[in-house]
Amino acid sequence: MRTITVADLADLSVGATLLGTGGGGDPYIGSLMAEAAIGRYGPITLLDVDELPDQGLVIPAAMMGAPTVMVEKIPNGGEVLTAVSNLERTLNQKAVAIMTIEAGGINSMIPLAVAAQMGLPVIDGDSMGRAFPELQMTSFHVHGIRATPMALVDEKGNHLIIEAIDNAWTERLARTATVAVGGAAIIALYPMTTKEAKRAMVRGTMSKAIELGRLIRDGHLSVDEKAIQLARDYGGIELFSGKVADVERHSGDGFARGTLSCTGLGPYAASVLRVEFQNENLMALRDGSVVATVPDLICVMDRETLMPITTEALTYGHRVTVYAFPCDPVWRTSKGIKTVGPRYFGYQVDHTPLHRG
Amino acid sequence: MKYRLGIDVGGTNTDAVILTPDDRVVAKTKTPVTRDVVSSIRDAVRTVLKNSELPSFAISHAMLGTTQVTNAIIERQRLNKVAMIRIGAPATLAVPPLTGWPGSLKEVVQGASITVRGGHEFDGRPMGPLADDDIRRFLDEHAKSCSSVAVTAVFSPVNADHELATRDLIVEEYPHLVVSLSHEVGSVGLLERENATVLNAAVNEVASLAATAFEDALREVGIDAALFFAQNDGTLMAMDYALRYPILTVACGPTNSMRGAAFLSRLDDAVIIDVGGTSSDIGMIRGGFPRQSSLAVEVGGVRTNFRMPDLIALGLGGGSRVREVDGQVTVGPDSVGYRIIQQAHVFGGDVLTFTDVAVNEGKASIGHQSPRAAKKLSQKAYREALRLIEEGIDRIKTSAEPVPLIAVGGGSALLPEHLEGVSEVIRPEHFDVANAIGAAIAQVSGRVDRIYAMTGRSRDQVIGEAIATAKADAVRAGANHDTLEIIEVEEIPLAYLPSNASRVRVTVAGQLAGDES
Repeated sequence: MRTITVADLADLSVGATLLGTGGGGDPYIGSLMAEAAIGRYGPITLLDVDELPDQGLVIPAAMMGAPTVMVEKIPNGGEVLTAVSNLERTLNQKAVAIMTIEAGGINSMIPLAVAAQMGLPVIDGDSMGRAFPELQMTSFHVHGIRATPMALVDEKGNHLIIEAIDNAWTERLARTATVAVGGAAIIALYPMTTKEAKRAMVRGTMSKAIELGRLIRDGHLSVDEKAIQLARDYGGIELFSGKVADVERHSGDGFARGTLSCTGLGPYAASVLRVEFQNENLMALRDGSVVATVPDLICVMDRETLMPITTEALTYGHRVTVYAFPCDPVWRTSKGIKTVGPRYFGYQVDHTPLHRG
Repeated sequence: MKYRLGIDVGGTNTDAVILTPDDRVVAKTKTPVTRDVVSSIRDAVRTVLKNSELPSFAISHAMLGTTQVTNAIIERQRLNKVAMIRIGAPATLAVPPLTGWPGSLKEVVQGASITVRGGHEFDGRPMGPLADDDIRRFLDEHAKSCSSVAVTAVFSPVNADHELATRDLIVEEYPHLVVSLSHEVGSVGLLERENATVLNAAVNEVASLAATAFEDALREVGIDAALFFAQNDGTLMAMDYALRYPILTVACGPTNSMRGAAFLSRLDDAVIIDVGGTSSDIGMIRGGFPRQSSLAVEVGGVRTNFRMPDLIALGLGGGSRVREVDGQVTVGPDSVGYRIIQQAHVFGGDVLTFTDVAVNEGKASIGHQSPRAAKKLSQKAYREALRLIEEGIDRIKTSAEPVPLIAVGGGSALLPEHLEGVSEVIRPEHFDVANAIGAAIAQVSGRVDRIYAMTGRSRDQVIGEAIATAKADAVRAGANHDTLEIIEVEEIPLAYLPSNASRVRVTVAGQLAGDES
């Protein structure tokens, strides 16, 4: 057990942005909301799932839709509580813990305020170990857990309970509802027992995000020292170091798709790197060969500070270091690869597990 | 004849310059800021007019770039008490107005605040009717203790109806209050836009004082010209527009300086480096305008979404210290600063600086003594300094092509004639008054930065609509419609939203109305 204090939020923001692998949304608004809640209700308890008894309801909460919308239409602050309460009412059972489905980006922050408010612990972990764009892209789904009943709430007071025949339908119905309520909504979904969570979740990713953020923000460590720790403690593999030569964004089909091209510096001087992204970074090719693909994490970072850079903020000339981190083993299973492998995103390549060198 | 007068009121000097209709420099002057701003502007204008030997009626346009508004915010001086109206409840209640403001500024500016129902969705649909009675009740209670109102509605950059209706209500029922509307100040991102709008409301009085000073100074010298203010994106606002949106004049200095330097070099696309004693700023001019930063900019400690030039600051200047530790040679980031004239080797001191190694390398001739440094150390240090500069230049560029470099500032003499990634190094004359020139040559612009739902419309229709809106904005700011040109069109699709919505940014710019000759 540990606690999340206001001082942890800055670290969590940076770590969650790294795990967002270029997408996931800016945690800034979520961080302000968590800060206000901690100020009012005190620090948040972060528990390992094994610290909880098997019987008990766990409710994951998240935001769905466009983070850009949430930066303008800021939540009223009560949505997450309403979503969680609605699900409790539907199931006629009180939750014993809250968790996030996505440790990458803004969703790392969304469950914090409600946990503080309800006096419930947050379970240390998520269902992705990174950021993904769709509701069925979770370890829960891979383990056969249903996303419904699901509560969807907007800031105006509209709420829905969705019951769907499978998780693909949940995604489709919830996405349509999210657009209808204005492009962003708060959701509570994948209600499950603590026992199911123990089996199906990706463990430890919240504390991992905080630790990653703390490491990157540490002013006393050099980039080389940070790199050694990223490799030793997180399995990080440096794919490339160089400068951004071009960022090509393909617009018109409603997705933030694009290609990042980098030319090498130092040991990579003779090489080029290409990263294909759709909201998140999905595939990296060095000198034409695939060196990393989704579901492994491909992270573009500032070369001088190792601060993560989102795809929106990429510009020519930026000195970057590109890392890959191994995904959770759940994604290497055949159902995992089918759900989030490169072919699901339209790339005609197989997932190649990461290797050094 | 139509001559232009450009004035730049800075921290230490007021500069003035007169340009011919075809933009040649006729006369320039630099006057120390002494007593009040009026007399400082008047003295500068008098001197430059005398130097030009022109009659006062020859001046048809006068442009002012000023730091007065910025200084008022930084010094927390003469700021208005602001009544803040946010429209969008029950959305946005999680984060109240002025979140994250420095306490001392908050205390001075905060009058009262309310969040009422209303506002719009990202696609322009209303979230609900505007709660105008709540606004009336709020103003009945607080109108006496406030002099200025800031109105910010959710998604007003997409649909401004509720902000406009609120303004009409206030103008009619509470006529003593000055109104600032967020959609005319900032772009998407509610907190940053609201911050900018509240700051705008707070500097209302300071702006009118600056405007009156400008008018009075010109009248005393007998100049009867159309008056404009320079804004932070390198374009101008007519006086009446500037009085409504004074916050847009914040930090026009770096922009005017870069545009002035580019103009003096007759270049529209170039990298500009300003080498000072302690640090250097590197920026880029593209199509005659500084490239804008994509990150949120802080003004007086407040997060805003202002358009500011994208600048890279290097800890490298003429006074940067040179050190050698274990064979590694470093230059800066610490500097002897203004004490360079006592401490550097070339001035008889004992600190080895960037200036000393440049002199040792034969790149510059400064001071009265030869630097005492080993040839090898000099070489290494000079090479290290150039590496820092070349890397900075490469970072600010938008493509790998070599570009011209405009070198200005006291330390620019230390640079060589050839640099990596640079096609030529240009050192323009009259640079000492580049800020005033930047103000005098500026055009008038209009901008759009909002989210458009693409559903049911073609991309061309949407972009066309955005361009028309930007042009209307430019005409309101004082541009001649027939001369408007499109500077920039950018479209970024919204992530994680399958409804085909995009954020579209358009900038247009044109000549001043009444300057068609």
